[in-house]
Amino acid sequence: MEKLIVAPAPHAHSGDSVRRNMLLVIAALIPAYAVSIVAFGWGALIEMAISVAACVGAEWLITKYLLKQKPTLCDCSAVLTGMLLAFNVPSNLDWWILVIGAVFAIGVGKMTFGGLGQNPFNPALVGRVFLLISFPAQMTTWPTASGFNSAIMGQAITDANTGATPLAIIKSGLKGYDPQWMDKLPDLWDSFVGLLGGSLGEVSALALLLGGLMLICTRVITWHIPVSILATVALFAALMGAFGGIPEGMCTCKYVGYELCTGGLMLGAFFMATDYVTSPMSAWGKIIFGVGIGLIVMVIRTWGSYPEGMSFAILMMNATVPLLNRIRPRHFGEKKKA
Amino acid sequence: MKVGDLLAKAGGFVSANICSPVSGTVAKIGDWTDAWGAPGQAIFIDVKGDDWAKTIDRSEELKTECTLEPKEIIDRISAAGIVGLGGACFPTHVKLLPPPGKKAEVLIINGVECEPYLTCDHQLMLEHGEEIVVGIRILMRALNVDRAIIGIENNKKDAIQHMMELTKDMEGITVQPLKLKYPQGGEKQLIDACIHRQVPSGALPIEVGAVVDNVATVYAVYEAVQKNKPLVSRVMTVTGKNLAHPGNYLVRFGTPIDEVIALAGGVPECTGKIIGGGPMMGRAMDHTEGMPANKRLSGLLFLPEEESVRPEEDPCIRCGKCVDACPMGLEPYLLSKLFAYEKWDELEKHDVMDCIDCGCCVFTCPSHRRLLDNIRPAKAKVGGILRERAAAAKAAAEKK
Repeated sequence: MEKLIVAPAPHAHSGDSVRRNMLLVIAALIPAYAVSIVAFGWGALIEMAISVAACVGAEWLITKYLLKQKPTLCDCSAVLTGMLLAFNVPSNLDWWILVIGAVFAIGVGKMTFGGLGQNPFNPALVGRVFLLISFPAQMTTWPTASGFNSAIMGQAITDANTGATPLAIIKSGLKGYDPQWMDKLPDLWDSFVGLLGGSLGEVSALALLLGGLMLICTRVITWHIPVSILATVALFAALMGAFGGIPEGMCTCKYVGYELCTGGLMLGAFFMATDYVTSPMSAWGKIIFGVGIGLIVMVIRTWGSYPEGMSFAILMMNATVPLLNRIRPRHFGEKKKA
Repeated sequence: MKVGDLLAKAGGFVSANICSPVSGTVAKIGDWTDAWGAPGQAIFIDVKGDDWAKTIDRSEELKTECTLEPKEIIDRISAAGIVGLGGACFPTHVKLLPPPGKKAEVLIINGVECEPYLTCDHQLMLEHGEEIVVGIRILMRALNVDRAIIGIENNKKDAIQHMMELTKDMEGITVQPLKLKYPQGGEKQLIDACIHRQVPSGALPIEVGAVVDNVATVYAVYEAVQKNKPLVSRVMTVTGKNLAHPGNYLVRFGTPIDEVIALAGGVPECTGKIIGGGPMMGRAMDHTEGMPANKRLSGLLFLPEEESVRPEEDPCIRCGKCVDACPMGLEPYLLSKLFAYEKWDELEKHDVMDCIDCGCCVFTCPSHRRLLDNIRPAKAKVGGILRERAAAAKAAAEKK
């Protein structure tokens, strides 16, 4: 017999790995990406390829030549960052803008802090917000897809058409800029299944929801963050409805529906806010984190100057994570405070 | 020296006798290193024949009647050198003597099997259920309690059925099927599962009125009290993927484990690791030559090479899975980090001493981080600080 191996217990492992988790998230993004391809055609494919390649390339170059470390690409986290960044930009964004965003996301958002596990902010969102502030016009001009039926007929690739998103339309109604806003608002069902305007990956709430449920079922994420975000947004919207804070001529139910199904909410709630590195560890920490995101996003949507604020909300709550991690779980045998 | 004769007398309060598992003459008492490399002392006996002490009843006959007083029962258990056979080896008679002011209300019998792979308790319940039930009644008598719960995980349907059958006419004894969940064999976890009471940090089960004993321990109690047979052997699971004859073996203490391994078909090829105990808390052996079975060795597990090497650590991605997995509600990632920074105060505040070493955090970590490699020494260090503090406080009190 060869020499025996001696190591401390435990001697068994679940088989889970960083790579497995990243690959599962990537898999869960596929339904939404499929809808994007139907909606935006070549644009979706090209943007995705550029973004992923730029993120992976940036990480490889930085680890190899700047940090002189072993490359860390095997964990697939750079691929995921690239995918998420692509999901967060319009499908007709100029390629060089996207490359700048990807390099910034990986370079500044992730590697500056020491790579995977060390970054305080979600790298994809760091990249996205950097682009949003640097190239506001390009980042907020979305091509529209012209509805489900025509998409099936293969007429969906409509880069020439650009239009406001449902959230922007609601905002213009809310602020009273546009008296005709109601007519421009797409059908709620269309908003839910998708194929409306918006960033590349956020068009179909349904597909994102499906992917999110997949993540919860495979235990990649827990329910705490997405559920608390969605519940907070729904409750906030309902209260706004009850107290007359919504545009005239719209019923509260519909308003709640639009707030939930449009914009970056689903993508953010299931895929961005749940990023392991930048979200709290304990169950209660996660719930507070989610409620905070829900509140901030609704405050921005209702009173802010941007129609949508999911990226900002998540980034702001990312900053509170070290604090939220001080909330400790209830230890076994600990008495409830009387 | 005959089988069953007292070989070594318990030294302290939390200590147990050792009775001779063989007959022969004591050759020497000397220094010795165990299979895990820990130095200690051992008694060496030259074995001659198999001569049992006359007082021991070696018949198979079931003796159900027990009219002894609680004190007599406890004395017999103490004399027989019985310890908890689940793995912790805590002397059983100590558990039966609650400290002043505390009263036992319920006896909980651990039939959940402490670790995956081990089946020794399961097998014992199936083969010696009758004796175990008598043992339970003896322990109830010793503790003066009228309630006993046998906790069995529901992957052992036959054992649940069997024990229910045996106890159906008995007042006070119930069998409680439990969800399959590691580490339910842990004392605190089992109490929580059976009577929904949580033992506070740092306290003993008696704090919530419970006394827990493993089925193997209960069987030993039966033999000691009814048959006058001291603890000289135990059931041990010998298993592994490629082992020729895996199974449960009744092994006398002192038996060279190489003999047990030979019975089970020898060490399989490509074995990378031999573990004494289970896969979660067992200890990897450095060598097996000349190593004897003892009261603690609940199993031998052979892992193939590919399962033996720990993968390299990846950076912590702060997923929080260790926090979700910890049965004690601790934050393993934090404890591990605090150890690296030598923050002993913080470690104490975060209840590092509550860690039960179950290994769930390391098992679940997607980054293969060796959290326990840090938490174990952290416990040792903080434990030392706590003991020093307690000693200082005691000295100060005496001064006054």
